[in-house]
Amino acid sequence: MPTSRIRRIRDTIGLYVPLIIALFISIFPFYWMLVGATNNTSKMFTNPPTLSFGNRLMENLHNLNDSIGIYRVLFNSLFVSLMFVLLSLTVCTLAAYALSKFRFKGDKIIFTVLMLSMMIPYQATLIPLFRMLGSLHLLNTYFALIVPQLCYPFAIFLMRQNFLAFPDALIESARIDGAGELRIFFRIVLPSMKPALAATAIYLFMMQWNNFMWPLVATTSSDMYTFPVALSSLIGISIIDYGQVMMGITIATIPIIIFFLVLQKQFISGMLGSAVK
Amino acid sequence: MIPYWFVAPAVILFLCFTIYPIISSLLLSFQKMDGGRYVFAGFANYIRLFHDSVFLKALYNTFIILIIQVPIMLILALILASALNSQLLKLRGFFRVGFFMPAVTSLVAYSILFSILLQDSGLINDFLGLFGIHKIPWLTDPFWAKVSIILALTWRWTGYNMVIYLAAMQNIPEELYEAASLDGAGRIRKFFNITVPQLKPVILFTAIISTISTLQLFDEPYNLTKGGPANGTMTLGLYIYQNGFKYFDFGYASAIAYVVVIIVGILSYIQMKVTGDD
Repeated sequence: MPTSRIRRIRDTIGLYVPLIIALFISIFPFYWMLVGATNNTSKMFTNPPTLSFGNRLMENLHNLNDSIGIYRVLFNSLFVSLMFVLLSLTVCTLAAYALSKFRFKGDKIIFTVLMLSMMIPYQATLIPLFRMLGSLHLLNTYFALIVPQLCYPFAIFLMRQNFLAFPDALIESARIDGAGELRIFFRIVLPSMKPALAATAIYLFMMQWNNFMWPLVATTSSDMYTFPVALSSLIGISIIDYGQVMMGITIATIPIIIFFLVLQKQFISGMLGSAVK
Repeated sequence: MIPYWFVAPAVILFLCFTIYPIISSLLLSFQKMDGGRYVFAGFANYIRLFHDSVFLKALYNTFIILIIQVPIMLILALILASALNSQLLKLRGFFRVGFFMPAVTSLVAYSILFSILLQDSGLINDFLGLFGIHKIPWLTDPFWAKVSIILALTWRWTGYNMVIYLAAMQNIPEELYEAASLDGAGRIRKFFNITVPQLKPVILFTAIISTISTLQLFDEPYNLTKGGPANGTMTLGLYIYQNGFKYFDFGYASAIAYVVVIIVGILSYIQMKVTGDD
């Protein structure tokens, strides 16, 4: 039937054209970031614009390293993010397990207060945290960057949801067999939590890797900067070298994009907080 | 005793680094620096807020961005999600990854990237020039600077919300659409009569999350527009930072933070009431 075929073709075009335009808008800035990282400032503001790669890659990298010390700030960011994930995942998983599989005095209050605290904007805790760590002489340390957010209520919530779905009968029968609580937790419950742990770990990693306001406040010496803080310091000066800046943006972005493309499924469920499967 | 050992680390950290700061900043918001130490000042900080034109501007800007950006983004996300859910579409996974990609970029990195794209002789003005549109003062006019923030936020977060909607759409029973087709409903009617109502709880969830994060907006105005020009993109988050860490007026900054706490509470409550309690 020709009319229905025409309609089908029209529908398909009507579907693909807007989607491809939207996709272009989503992805083009990444391409342009790479173009910028290989060109110098003047090439970025020409009309018609420069849309092809230049030959300034190494020079931009070199200049960027002179300005912010790439290796040091990248190390800071990676070290802080990975330690944070490791410690926070441990603390939150243990708490979530207790809050889902045990009844004890105060369990409801602890859980309610944790969940309510998610409604409090982080900015309301910033100033006392700054004063507290300042009076302990802990500003400008890894401790200040890692420890304050280790108890992360949303991670507890996520892990608790997953523990709740774990059958109580398995835990009961292990108890009857005489297994200790730690053994039950590590040998029986935890192995089946791998996807949940991976998703929560990615969530925590992205949160910390992107974290800007607290590291901005808690670090004053440039050798303790995390990557976002160092990047932001590049545009605080009067004459900005955009080649360097684009190089910095590229370094902050590309590893995560690759990581994301390889682990799409875990990444998406992690970043959405496993709100959806 | 076992469960106590399991929750103890979390509870201790939570008391030290969340509960104590929350209470401490509430107390600070009623205090003022006097002779090198903080003394009780009643509601002085809160009263000062009402006469502070920069605070009022920050409040106004934050609400303008909230009221315009969040609905635009969520509607776009819904439309994209239902397009991706279409049976005519091949390569769904490819589109999904492409649209999600902006959501994995660092907030600081994308803010700076947009500040370069939106310069007077930047790429976006060059592109608009092809259609005979004169240069738009994206970053040098208070109105357009707000538009810039809205554009950047929408670029970063639309795909993220789209993926949430797309996942929820797959749980809508196919029979609902089939029954509607038999009744002669077109795509648009199905969208409004089936898709939107079925997604109500998810839409509420994304609206609350977006509202809370917009009220705390900081990274974008700090890196994209520096709050300017003429405080045109000053937000509550940025003003808390300025008062706290540029003027070191901790009492006043805490009072602003508590205004945000109260607004978050009220708006979340209203959103839950309005959209019904599912």
